[in-house]
Amino acid sequence: MKKTYIILALLTLAAILPIFGKGNQLTCSGSTTVLPIAQATAEAFMDLHPEVNISIRGGGSGVGIAALQNGTVQIANSSRRMKSKEIAAAKAKGINPTPYAVANDGIAMVLHKSNPVKNLTIAQIKSIYTGKIKNWKDLGGANLPIVVISRDVASGTFEVFNEKALAGAKVESSAQLLASNNAIVSTVGSTPGAIGYVGLGYVTADVKICTVNNVSPSETTVKNQSYPLSRQLYMYTNGKAKGDAARYLLFIQSAAGQAIVKKQGFISL
Amino acid sequence: MNARKFKDKLGTSVAWICSGITILFLLVFLGRIIYKGFSVLSWNFVFTGPREAMTEGGIYPALAGTFWLTALAILIAMPLGILTAIYLTSYGKPRWLVRTVRIAINTLAGTPSIIYGLFGMAIFVNLLGFDVSLIAGALTLAILALPMIINATEEALRTVPQDFRDASLALGATPRQTILRVMLPTALPNILTSTIISIGRVAGETAPIMFTAATFFSRQLPKGLSDEVMALPYHIYALMTEGTHPAKQVPIAYGTALVLLILVITISALAIYIRYNIRRKRQW
Amino acid sequence: MNSYKEKLFKGITYTASLLAIVILMAIIYSLFREGLPLFKVTRLSDFIFGSAWYPTHAIPEFGALTLIAGTLSVTLGALIIAVPLGLGSAVFISEIASPRLREIAKPLIELLAGIPSVVYGLFGMAFLAPLIRDWFNLDTGLNVLSTSIILGIMIVPIIASMSEDALSNVPKNIREASLALGATRMESITRTIIPAAKSGILGSVLMGFGRAIGETMVVLMVAGGSAQIPGSIFDSIRPLTSTIAAEMGETVMGDLHYRSLFALAILLFLLTFITNLFTELVFLKRSKR
Repeated sequence: MKKTYIILALLTLAAILPIFGKGNQLTCSGSTTVLPIAQATAEAFMDLHPEVNISIRGGGSGVGIAALQNGTVQIANSSRRMKSKEIAAAKAKGINPTPYAVANDGIAMVLHKSNPVKNLTIAQIKSIYTGKIKNWKDLGGANLPIVVISRDVASGTFEVFNEKALAGAKVESSAQLLASNNAIVSTVGSTPGAIGYVGLGYVTADVKICTVNNVSPSETTVKNQSYPLSRQLYMYTNGKAKGDAARYLLFIQSAAGQAIVKKQGFISL
Repeated sequence: MNARKFKDKLGTSVAWICSGITILFLLVFLGRIIYKGFSVLSWNFVFTGPREAMTEGGIYPALAGTFWLTALAILIAMPLGILTAIYLTSYGKPRWLVRTVRIAINTLAGTPSIIYGLFGMAIFVNLLGFDVSLIAGALTLAILALPMIINATEEALRTVPQDFRDASLALGATPRQTILRVMLPTALPNILTSTIISIGRVAGETAPIMFTAATFFSRQLPKGLSDEVMALPYHIYALMTEGTHPAKQVPIAYGTALVLLILVITISALAIYIRYNIRRKRQW
Repeated sequence: MNSYKEKLFKGITYTASLLAIVILMAIIYSLFREGLPLFKVTRLSDFIFGSAWYPTHAIPEFGALTLIAGTLSVTLGALIIAVPLGLGSAVFISEIASPRLREIAKPLIELLAGIPSVVYGLFGMAFLAPLIRDWFNLDTGLNVLSTSIILGIMIVPIIASMSEDALSNVPKNIREASLALGATRMESITRTIIPAAKSGILGSVLMGFGRAIGETMVVLMVAGGSAQIPGSIFDSIRPLTSTIAAEMGETVMGDLHYRSLFALAILLFLLTFITNLFTELVFLKRSKR
C-alpha cells in the first residue's frame, strides 16, 4: 500500500517537473485597441523568432500603464500618451516610461445606419455626452432619444475622446459604459438611437461613420491630424527597450510590421 | 371535497410547471452552447494555438494553462485540506480552536471568488513579487479549493464507522497509525470523489485568475511557474469583451465554452458515478 | 520514538488547520490594509451613500450607492426567479417524482451546479441579451432583467438541491400521519412537510442569495456597466463585483482608485459574511432540534 503511494507521488512529481524552470516570456498588456496589432505582429514575429514567447493581455490602456508602473509587465500597450501625472508616479517608483509609436488611428464617431445625421461638431458631441442634448431632433435627425454609449474608464480611447471631444467633462451617468470597441460597434449597429466612438480599425459595415467638424477620418486626415479625433497608438517600455522587447518593437515599426498594422485596419506611421 | 381535489391537482401542476420551466431553461442554455460550440469543435481547434489575431486557430494553450492551474492548485490544497480534516475529526482539541477553524472554513467557503482574486493579487502578485504567473494563480485557486476539500474530507472521514477506529485502537495501534492505516484508506474513495468535484469547480473559475495568472494571447505552452498562461474560462471572457472581430470570435468563444463544459461535466460525472458505485458496494 | 512520531503527526495536522484561520485573517487584513486608507480622503457616509462613482476623474468621487443598488437589484431579481423555480423543483423531486426519476434528477442537479459561471455569462451576453432587447424593443439587452434571469438559472440548482435535502429529511411518520388524517398530497406538502423543512429551505435561499451577491463573471458580462441606480428592470447597472473586476487592472498599486476598489471588496466581504452568519444560525437551529 505504502509503495503504491510513493510511486504515485513520484509519478506526479515527474509529470510536474518540466514546468519548473523559468520560461522566457515577453509580457505585454493594455489597450484593447492596440490588441489586434500586438497579436498579429507578435504572431509574425514569433514565426521569425520561434525562441521568443510573447504573452499579450488586454484590459485597457490604463491597465497596461498601471502594470508598467507596478513593474509587472515589460511592454504597456496604450492608445493614448501617458499623462504627466502617470509619468511622475512611474518615475517615483524608479520606472522610466519610454513611448514607441506603433500606428496612427482616428477615433470614429459611429451611428446606427438608419440615422440621417451626417456631421457633428465637437461642441455637439460634448453636449450629447454630457447629457445636454437628449434627442436627435435637436441635431436635425428624427425624433428619437439619443442612446449614449461610451467606454469604461480604463479605456485609452475614452481618455483621448474625453480630452479631445469633451475637454475633460464628465460623461452623464446613464451612458452605457462598454468594455471594448467591438461591444460598441455591435451595440450601436443594433440600436437605432445610439452614438458611440471606436478606433478606426473596428468600424464595420454595421455602423455609419459621421464626420466631425466636417472632416471624415481617413488615412490623410489622420496622418496630418486635420481630423479632430486623431491619435497615435503606443507601446511603452521601462527605459529604452532591450533584448527581445527591442527586437519586437523594431519589427512592428519596420515595413513588414506596418503592413500588418494596415491589414488590421489601422493607419501606418 | 372537489375544491380540495382541485387544489391538490393545482399544487401538483405548479410543481410540475416549476420543474418544467427549470428544465426548459437549462435545455435551451445547454442546447445553445452545444449547438454553437459543436460547429467549431474539431481536432485542430482543441490541439492548436490561436492564429490571425485570435480569429482562427484553436485553444490548446488555454487548455494546457487550465490543466496546469488546476493540477497545481489541487496538489497544493489537497494535502493541506486532508491534514486539516484529520485534525478536526480525529484530534479535535481544544474545542474552541476547532470551532474557530470551522468558522474560518465556512467563511472562506462563502467568500466571493473575486475577493480571492484581489487577495491573490495583493499578496502573491504584488507583495511576494510573483507577478502575473502560473504559480500566483495556482496558489489563489488552491486557497479557493481549500474549504471545499476540507469539508469533503471531513465528511468522508466521518463516514468511517466508529467500530473501525475502536478496533484499531484496541489492537494497540496509535492514533496516528489508526488514522493513516485505517481511516484514510477507508475514506479514500470518498475523499477522491469529492476532490474530483472540486477540480471541476477550480477549472471553471475566472475571477480569481483574472489578475493573478491569465493572459489573452500566448502561443506557446507554459514553460515555467513564472509564466503567464492562457486559461479556458478567461479565454471565453476575453474573447467576448476584448475581441476585435466578433463575427469570427464569438463562435470561438462558444467552442471554448463547450470544451470547458465537456471537461467540467465529464470530471464531475466521473466523480458522481464513482461515488454512486461506492455507496452501492459499501458493506458496513 | 513512536510517541515522537505521534506528536509530530499531530503537530502537522494542527498546523495545517491553523492555516485556514491564518488565510482568513490574511484576507481580512489585506482587504482592510489596502481599503481603509480610502477613508482618510473620503468620508464613510459619502462612500456608502454617495451616488457618483468617478474614480479616475481629475476630482475623483467614490460614491458606492449606485454599485450597491446594482448588486441588490440583480440579487433580488435572481431570487424572485430562482426561489419559486427551485422550490417547485425540490417539491417535485422529493414528493411527486418516482424514485427512479429522483435518482436521475439529483446527480443532474449537482452537475448543473458545477457549470462555470463564465459559460452562463457567455450565454447571457451572446444569446439572452439580444433576445431580450428585441422582445421588449430596448436600447440594450444588457440590463437588470437579463442579469437576473441568468443569475436566477444559476442558483436554481443550489436552492433546489438543498431544499430537496431538507424536504427528504422530514421524518416519514410526519408525512404518513398527515396523509392518514385525510389530507391530500398537496395539503400535507404545504401544511406539514414544508413547515417542517422550513429552516432548511430558508438556508438554501440564503445560500443562493450569498452566491448571487458574490457572482462576478455573469454580472461583468451581462449587466451592462452603467453606474446608475436602476429605475426599471430594463436599465443597465454596475454591481460591486463587476466594478472591482473591471477596474482593478487599471489601478496603480496604492493609489486612491486601488484603495477604493479594496473598500468595495470590504463591503462585499461584509455582505457575504453576514449572509453566511445568518445561514449558519438557521442551520444551527435546525441541527439543535
